[in-house]
Amino acid sequence: MPDMIGQRLPRREDRRLLTGRGRYLDDLDLPDALAAAFLRSPHAHARITAFDATEARALPGVVAVFSGADLMEIQKPLAPKVQHPKLRDYPRLPMPPENLHYVGEPLAVVVAESRYIAEDALELIDVDYEVLPAVGSTAAALRPGGPLVHRGDESNVAVLLTQSAGNAAEALSTAPHTLSEEFYQMRGGGHSMEPRAVAARFEPATGQLTIWDTTQSPHYARQQLSLIYEMAEDDLRVIAPPDVGGGFGPKAQFYGEEVVIPWVAKKLGRAVKWVEDRQENFVSAMMERSQTHRVEVGFDDDGRLLAVKDVIEHDQGAYCAGLQVPSITTATVPGPYKVPNIDIELRACYTNMVPTSSVRGAGRPQAVFVMERMMDRIAAHLGLDPAEVRRRNLIQADEFPYQVGIMFRDGSPLTYDSGDFPALLEGALDRIGYASAREEQARLRAEGRYLGIGLAVYVEGCGLGPYEGAKIRVTNRGRILVTLAAAGQGQGYETIYAQIAADGIGLDMSFIDVTTGDTARIPFGQGTFASRITATCGPAVFDAAKQMRARLLDTAAVLLGCSPSEVDFDGDLACLGGDREKSVSLQQLAQVANIGKHGITLPRGITAGLETASYFSPERAAYASGAHAALVEVDPETGGITILKYVIGHDCGTVINPLLVDGQVLGGFAHGLGNAMYEEAVYDDEATPQATSYLDYALVSSAEVPPVDLFHIASPSPLNPLGAKGAGEGGTVPPPAAIANAVEDALRPLGARVTRAPVTPARIVDALLAAGKVS
Amino acid sequence: MPEVTHRVRGTVNGEPFDVDVDPRLTLADFLREKLRLTGTHLGCEHGVCGACTVIVDGAATRACLMLAVQVDGAAVETVEGLAGDGELAPLQQAFKRNHALQCGFCTPGFLMSVTAALREDTVRDETEAREVLSGNICRCTGYSGLVQSVLDVAKGRADA
Amino acid sequence: MKPARFTYHAPRGLDEALELLRDLGDDAKVLAGGQSLVPMLNFRLAHVEHLVDVNRLGAEFGTPTFGEDTITIPALVRQRQLERSPEAARLLPVLTEALHQVAHPQIRNRGTVCGSLAHADPAAELPSVLTALDAKFTLASARGVRTVPAADFFLFHLTTALEPDELLLEVSVDRPRANQFSAFREFATRRGDFALAGVAVVCEVDDGVVTACRIAAAGVAPTPHRLTDTELLVIGQPLGPDLGAAAEATARAQVDPTGDIHASAGYRARLTGVLVKRALADITEKAHA
Repeated sequence: MPDMIGQRLPRREDRRLLTGRGRYLDDLDLPDALAAAFLRSPHAHARITAFDATEARALPGVVAVFSGADLMEIQKPLAPKVQHPKLRDYPRLPMPPENLHYVGEPLAVVVAESRYIAEDALELIDVDYEVLPAVGSTAAALRPGGPLVHRGDESNVAVLLTQSAGNAAEALSTAPHTLSEEFYQMRGGGHSMEPRAVAARFEPATGQLTIWDTTQSPHYARQQLSLIYEMAEDDLRVIAPPDVGGGFGPKAQFYGEEVVIPWVAKKLGRAVKWVEDRQENFVSAMMERSQTHRVEVGFDDDGRLLAVKDVIEHDQGAYCAGLQVPSITTATVPGPYKVPNIDIELRACYTNMVPTSSVRGAGRPQAVFVMERMMDRIAAHLGLDPAEVRRRNLIQADEFPYQVGIMFRDGSPLTYDSGDFPALLEGALDRIGYASAREEQARLRAEGRYLGIGLAVYVEGCGLGPYEGAKIRVTNRGRILVTLAAAGQGQGYETIYAQIAADGIGLDMSFIDVTTGDTARIPFGQGTFASRITATCGPAVFDAAKQMRARLLDTAAVLLGCSPSEVDFDGDLACLGGDREKSVSLQQLAQVANIGKHGITLPRGITAGLETASYFSPERAAYASGAHAALVEVDPETGGITILKYVIGHDCGTVINPLLVDGQVLGGFAHGLGNAMYEEAVYDDEATPQATSYLDYALVSSAEVPPVDLFHIASPSPLNPLGAKGAGEGGTVPPPAAIANAVEDALRPLGARVTRAPVTPARIVDALLAAGKVS
Repeated sequence: MPEVTHRVRGTVNGEPFDVDVDPRLTLADFLREKLRLTGTHLGCEHGVCGACTVIVDGAATRACLMLAVQVDGAAVETVEGLAGDGELAPLQQAFKRNHALQCGFCTPGFLMSVTAALREDTVRDETEAREVLSGNICRCTGYSGLVQSVLDVAKGRADA
Repeated sequence: MKPARFTYHAPRGLDEALELLRDLGDDAKVLAGGQSLVPMLNFRLAHVEHLVDVNRLGAEFGTPTFGEDTITIPALVRQRQLERSPEAARLLPVLTEALHQVAHPQIRNRGTVCGSLAHADPAAELPSVLTALDAKFTLASARGVRTVPAADFFLFHLTTALEPDELLLEVSVDRPRANQFSAFREFATRRGDFALAGVAVVCEVDDGVVTACRIAAAGVAPTPHRLTDTELLVIGQPLGPDLGAAAEATARAQVDPTGDIHASAGYRARLTGVLVKRALADITEKAHA
């Protein structure tokens, strides 16, 4: 049988999704389910002084209204996902009874016969607020004597951390050249096309609470709910529906709504469904990206890096939902380059905006932006070619495993497992036609046209622990069922894990089914985040599949009266010596080992229960990598950017399904392009969100995303038996850097400096005017 | 005050319907809740994302920006009607072949927009394919599979 | 994002519609294409007691007429319908070019030309185009019919001369003479977005010299903004790069936009000048063709 791993296969999921028969949360038919809607804070910082829902409760069709104060039994802090001993944590309550810290924070819930009526009731609730001064930026948060995000707190700092290797201060003081700059990346969101949703039903007879949740981490949700509700985990079943309309990070977080809805369902004894609308999503789903970097680099006459010092202001939002993003940023700054002396200082602070957490890319785009912008600045300073400066600094293919000198978020010394960064860069240069593009650039400049070339090389830590697992069972009907804890949001798990299991068992894929994301089906799991599932769940499935092969062959051998080594599969038949006449089917194996005969002893040599399980725990993060090259033309009159050519070189180790990996990379790229040129979750100085519809917040369409020339190299990871690395986020990471580099490169004769992402037409023109060569 | 309901009669995918609706019920909610055709998805409810796009009397329309009462007498087409006799339509097949969908939430809207557009005009090149797709948002795919699917089907028709 | 309750009316004729508007007054809102109104209802930014759906007024309100003297666009002509009209493309290219940039086909399929004008978003394309075309707006009520020019129709951001009991019955423009050339230019962040600025330019050109000119800018003022200084500068001058440059500078100096989260005021002013220059270049090309 040919290896299924590596096959370019269309997906099994597609048919139902193409015919309108997907099963998204809002499509689930829960008889008599009530609809919920949340009242949310209109103020960035306020104290509730009076709450009156009398009129709302009296509205026909309204079943209940609960304020935060009505549900004190569940007002327990939602823990930060990634913590640190130095973190000054401020409790994030599911639905605060009194103090509100961002616009959009839920403060009451209405449960009604329909969402229409629930929204009618929201308009009838009277709340009096004492409005307090709010903090709308990290700069305001860190300003001495400024307003406090949390009343009565001592400062707005969440945590101060440093990462260092060598002695950056000394290296900078003695470096032949130094350059410094301040860079800023704007807030941006996940914007899954399906917003968040939670539904729940309580069964009084069993004491079980069943929760449907669009979460990327059903097991994490169950764990948190178990603690908050003080219920046994087995009495809580969290199901991520088979179809979830995108995740991209915000759905990996745990929110107050996920606590309130099941609890209310239990209290009322009715099924309750809450489907976040886009208006809510804009103000209450977690975001990311906003960071300010003050970076200084020291380098020699050849452009070789001697030291990097970076001071990062990270916007944590109103509460710390986790320190994963800034931790990843600090570990990603050195990137694919050899940096002998590193000093990175993180100042994570609170602001009165919706909390931040991972969004596809998760802290990496910001770091790559800083480092790649500085590589271009070094080249410009020394009059060198930016590609050549990168060549001189890249870690070489024979230097793996490569120790960066600082620590990674998983607690291990930051070590790159494998890769070939020069091959990625050279491939990207080759495909963009670098030399001829430079000639064209010079030629067109003479005509007053501005072409620019932007490069960005990056690494992406992925495939993180602690573990992920899978169970494989032969069902009584003779099919192979692969059960993952991981919940998908469009990645094609039903296809990929059938491919892996097919290779492990040595069985045709058509006999294998995959099911995901249900805590009742598999006890332990972590979730889909950090581009980790292929590199953690993949090896687990492969191992469980190999165990299953042994179980099946052993069982068949007993029934066929031969040795297991004489048995192999032909279709769903385990055959002796390849003879279909001397065979047992999967269903017969299940009949013997799973179903058995009532009260009759199993045949000698048969082990009961055709089920295997495996959990894979990676030693540390694997490192995917890539190089992007952009050729753009900038119109200095409008600031418009036209992308003429875009090349992506990508290395995620062993590829399970090239069709799907291409999809991940290109989709990630489109998201990254949004961060590079379009997406801005603007808040004003009072921390009021200004972009709360798709008229003001621009997601890219097919008209904005250019065709991409995508190529792959494969540096298998030595950290897992499949050699797999993550592919979900890499495409998102470097576009802001590549586009900003290309724009500044294009406008170099006019002196415009690009220091923030997204790079928008208006800001390009503003930068041109600031440079003074155009008016 | 109880809402005055209005009787709405028309067809969806050729099947007649005759339902009393509240006037404020949007066409999207009508399809999803009253007719249980849940393939039409709501992504933004302000007409930008296009996930709810259906075809009303031949024209691609945002089902979130039309009221159910307004389809009285209309012929509505939704994603559920595209595959006749269980056979995927050429556009659906092209979506699958080209990996033009991941999470699938936006997919019905794309299918309906493109179906209407290809009935109206031919698509000759990539620029026109991108134009046809530009009224719908996909957060997963980066559009390349979608563009290829439109080109494949347009070419298939031109060759036929 | 579900609309609040309202009472729904679907009058089957103009008289019935106008009587409803007369009786309901301020409590009523007209629903035509709904592509601006329904989002506002969904966001609950607008609350209406009575929704008067004019979509069933009758087929005669759904067809543009291209007469010998006048081109008339009645209340229910869909944007997409006019965009695809070969006569409109031949006679009023500025309108066709602009319509092509209004949102997306799915929106234009429902959205009406008159609805967009009555909504009066100054950043939208159609108000500035009809202003540049010197359109006449016919307002009907149970009290009678009146006609107002663009300058008197657009009063402020989302505000027009329409009284609560009035319906924008039609908009009409003079059939252009053979020497009329026009162009629409806008610059938007993305395909289909509201423009950061846009300009509609309508000129009459004889022997390469501009003999008449109307320019209206979108997105730079609370109403479609006639660039009269620029028009005066252009009239009497030969088309060409020099005129473009001079018009660019004048237009830029003439507008006083406000900044927002998408672009600064200075950027919008500069952009307006650039777009005027480019639209004049388009017209130069068309006039030479």
